[in-house]
Amino acid sequence: MTLLRHTTADVKERSGLTINPAKTCQPIGAMYAALGVRNCLPHSHGSQGCCAYHRSTLTRHYKEPVMAATSSFTEGSSVFGGQSNLLQAIENIFTIYKPDIIAVHTTCLSETIGDDIPQIIAKAKEEGKIPAGKFVIHVNTPSYVGSHVVGFSGMVKSLVDYFAVATDDKRRTINIIPGWVEPSDMREIRRLTAALGVETIIFPDTSDVLDAPQTGQRQFYPDGGTPVESLRKAGDSLSTIALGLSASGAAARALDAKCKVPCDILELPIGLRATDRFIDALRRAARVHVPEALNRERGRLVDVMSDMHQYFYNKRVALWGDPDQLVALSEFLIDLDMRPVYVVTGTPGREFEARMARVLAGKISEAKVRQGSCADMFLMHQWIKEQPVDLLIGNTYGKYIARDENIPFVRHGFPIMDRVGHSYFPTVGYQGGLRLLEKILDAVLAHKDRESSEESFELVM
Amino acid sequence: MTTDNSRPDPAKTNDLLVEAYPPKLAKKRAGQMVVNRKTPDGVVPEIKANIRTTPGIISQRGCCYAGCKGVVLGPTRDIVNITHGPIGCGFYSWLTRRNQTRPESPEDANFMTYCFSTDMQDENIVFGGEKKLRAAIQEAYDLFHPKAIAVFATCPVGLIGDDIHNVTREMKEKLGINVFAFSCEGYKGVSQSAGHHIANNQLFKHVIGRDDTVGPGKFRVNLLGEYNIGGDAFLLEDLFERCGITLVATFSGNSTIGKFENAHTADLNCVMCHRSINYVADMIEKKFGIPWFKVNFIGAEASAKSLRKIAAYFQDEELAARVEKTIAEELAAVKKVQDEIRPRCEGKTAMLFVGGSRAHHYQELFTEIGMKTIAAGYEFAHRDDYEGRRVLPTIKVDADSRNIEELVVEPDPVKYQPRLTWEELSARGLPHNDYEGMMPEMDEGALVIDDISEHEMERLLELHKPAVFCAGIKEKYGIQKHGIPCKQLHSYDYGGPYAGFQGAVNFYREIDRMVHARVWALMTPPWQTVSKPLLNAEWVRA
Ligand code: SF4
Ligand code: SF4
Repeated sequence: MTLLRHTTADVKERSGLTINPAKTCQPIGAMYAALGVRNCLPHSHGSQGCCAYHRSTLTRHYKEPVMAATSSFTEGSSVFGGQSNLLQAIENIFTIYKPDIIAVHTTCLSETIGDDIPQIIAKAKEEGKIPAGKFVIHVNTPSYVGSHVVGFSGMVKSLVDYFAVATDDKRRTINIIPGWVEPSDMREIRRLTAALGVETIIFPDTSDVLDAPQTGQRQFYPDGGTPVESLRKAGDSLSTIALGLSASGAAARALDAKCKVPCDILELPIGLRATDRFIDALRRAARVHVPEALNRERGRLVDVMSDMHQYFYNKRVALWGDPDQLVALSEFLIDLDMRPVYVVTGTPGREFEARMARVLAGKISEAKVRQGSCADMFLMHQWIKEQPVDLLIGNTYGKYIARDENIPFVRHGFPIMDRVGHSYFPTVGYQGGLRLLEKILDAVLAHKDRESSEESFELVM
Repeated sequence: MTTDNSRPDPAKTNDLLVEAYPPKLAKKRAGQMVVNRKTPDGVVPEIKANIRTTPGIISQRGCCYAGCKGVVLGPTRDIVNITHGPIGCGFYSWLTRRNQTRPESPEDANFMTYCFSTDMQDENIVFGGEKKLRAAIQEAYDLFHPKAIAVFATCPVGLIGDDIHNVTREMKEKLGINVFAFSCEGYKGVSQSAGHHIANNQLFKHVIGRDDTVGPGKFRVNLLGEYNIGGDAFLLEDLFERCGITLVATFSGNSTIGKFENAHTADLNCVMCHRSINYVADMIEKKFGIPWFKVNFIGAEASAKSLRKIAAYFQDEELAARVEKTIAEELAAVKKVQDEIRPRCEGKTAMLFVGGSRAHHYQELFTEIGMKTIAAGYEFAHRDDYEGRRVLPTIKVDADSRNIEELVVEPDPVKYQPRLTWEELSARGLPHNDYEGMMPEMDEGALVIDDISEHEMERLLELHKPAVFCAGIKEKYGIQKHGIPCKQLHSYDYGGPYAGFQGAVNFYREIDRMVHARVWALMTPPWQTVSKPLLNAEWVRA
């Protein structure tokens, strides 16, 4: 029996129906970004269901408490607007949950109604509902535009809009906008910059928030997250390195426009060459030397790439997820002489195709790349039915295809709801590259072990 | 072990829970928190429930759409359920509720692994989404040729005025299959509860009663409000079969639309989760004359009692004998495990805050291993789920729920066929359309809190340090960070099944595992646990 029994190779163009989406809605991204700010409580301005869904999904991915409040719209508020809900929420939150910052994002309901959030925040201030030294910030996240990645990008940009200031006190720090990556990745980026001896401001930073230790004493706001003070000072940094155009580009450009901090927008440092470019950019920006330890780290990654080449060579890979991840992963796969043949993201945007074209650059002529509406996992599965692949890379939902088609599967991206590890072990940097290789090899070789005949069962690989 | 003496006075606890609130909110919450008391005739204090959550409160609650699409319709495998709205709502309700299903053959339809959405875009919000919805239904039909297509509205749909019922009516005519819609926009009502009601209404209007074929079986029942989380319904199907009871339809675990269409040919409706499905039970009774009563298959004793109720209803000696035989076999096995686990768990305390029936049902299981429920409450229940249906006439419908349609149901001129009168039911010692609620079954002095907030939960944990806390995914890891295990009672933490007798055994073992896990004693590094003088002494020795 098959799990996705109604999927056939017969591809029909669709204009109305999305099936098994490769994206979700904006607010969840805004919520995730806001969790990377110290003592910040995300707030969902809409009916409480959205907030419940976003918290549940993030919790399933991180296995950590994900706190966020909601304006709990009723039918009345959807007729008269949500101003009084938000005012009441702000007052209650500061009294009960005592954050330093409330990070408001909208939902399709409040967007359709047209609530004017800055005006409501101004009113809250006027009415004394925002205690001294505390902040309410916002981002508009209409779910009928873009995707969760856009919501993330929007909230990160809001951090710049609300907090960054240029003063005369210029610093030698480099801002790093890590993009939508895991807490483990943010921690790894911090480790790499420290290894280079670069002083950085990283925002947002969900490490120590969504991978908080178990001590038996709960801290409602864990110790992690970028402090407001650092967000302010980002305006005085030497420059910004933004990782991932889709998730981090907007904030980097806003910071440039607002505080004249020049930016370098790179792909996520997933894989060898993207990490090289990141390290190189850091080196140049901060005028430091790359320590030998990092060269050796790089060497270890190249070593495994060359030693294990036979297992990667010419393997056809289908991947789905978010643009920044897909572009970086594809480049890495090609460097391994693998073939990313199907690449799908629900996140709309032409620039994704351009970026993918640059990476594929005639090397994988058979590649099919799709973005936007109806670019979904159903379509990708149909392509697989047409012509199979050797490996799947994507979020948890891939397990249904993996099982039906008996294809090795590496979990990467969001959400991963059925495994742990992503919070603790990075996939960025050279170390992250090694982990990816390990995961790919594990998946491919376990499959080989399971499927090979008795006489061809190998002891040594 | 936590003993009663070390816990603060329940009456004072409530004040402590709301101490940090602004006065107005504290006052409102006070109405939703009571200390349980019982008069000799089973009357309990009034609790406010099914009222809106105050903005800014971190609540457990979800929305109307979740209750409708997620809870009630989600477990049915052969309907193509299209979420009409932006992508999020459909994405989040995609396979996340663990409703298991078992298609009868490899050819049988099963769409539960799929997520269908119209993924509304900017232009659909501005110019309306009906055209896109129509296209989506057509495309679903062309690709899958399902028996039925259902459409679920999310928040913006109502606001922009898409007439989804008109679109589905048109498409039903055009395609010749059942196509129907649910106006379950997330802002309706105050919780998932509104969605349950809307789901019940539409199932009743568009599905139930369409197929009059009377299948085999002498004792034909429906099981209502059992959603087959973790395979609960599979265990119950098996149990019923062994007793000789024919299950016509389950609403809606492991179900098909065909079963719903045929449900009115059963002779009894057994209601598990009262909150989510009582409307269907009531409407079926009014239209077709099938009585219902409450059953509970969570807990071994409760399961035995429920089976006996069914046997009593049918007044058949053979059935009664088979039921007794099955109970005896099962209880013997259950007893063995109880005897093993009870001494280890006896006297430990539990708190349950979840859903609309489980906070009640699962107390049974704790009692069976000697554990004590010291606080409980629902996420989206109404007063009748707390105090019993006797209070129904006194419940005032407020502005937030007023727009949820109450269907007026008349006996069907042809198909109405009263099974048993009220008198006959009481002659058999059976209640009529009754649910006594959670509070009459709880201890005096236990805390009952409706729609508990994250803050209140935190305070409860600090004040009472229960041995185990039952809640949902959003609460789970915050609770565990206190060093207290949390059992999820929506998803069962990907364990279960917990229904029936075998399920009870699974649950005892699960709780035993959780409260005795060695990890709870390993939170503190040794260098932080060693008391000072000892540390010095060791240091001196070194
Ligand atoms: S799509 Fe809209 S209504 Fe649905 S969860 Fe996202 S914000 Fe909420
Ligand atoms: S109480 Fe639980 S089982 Fe019942 S409808 Fe609710 S979520 Fe479902």
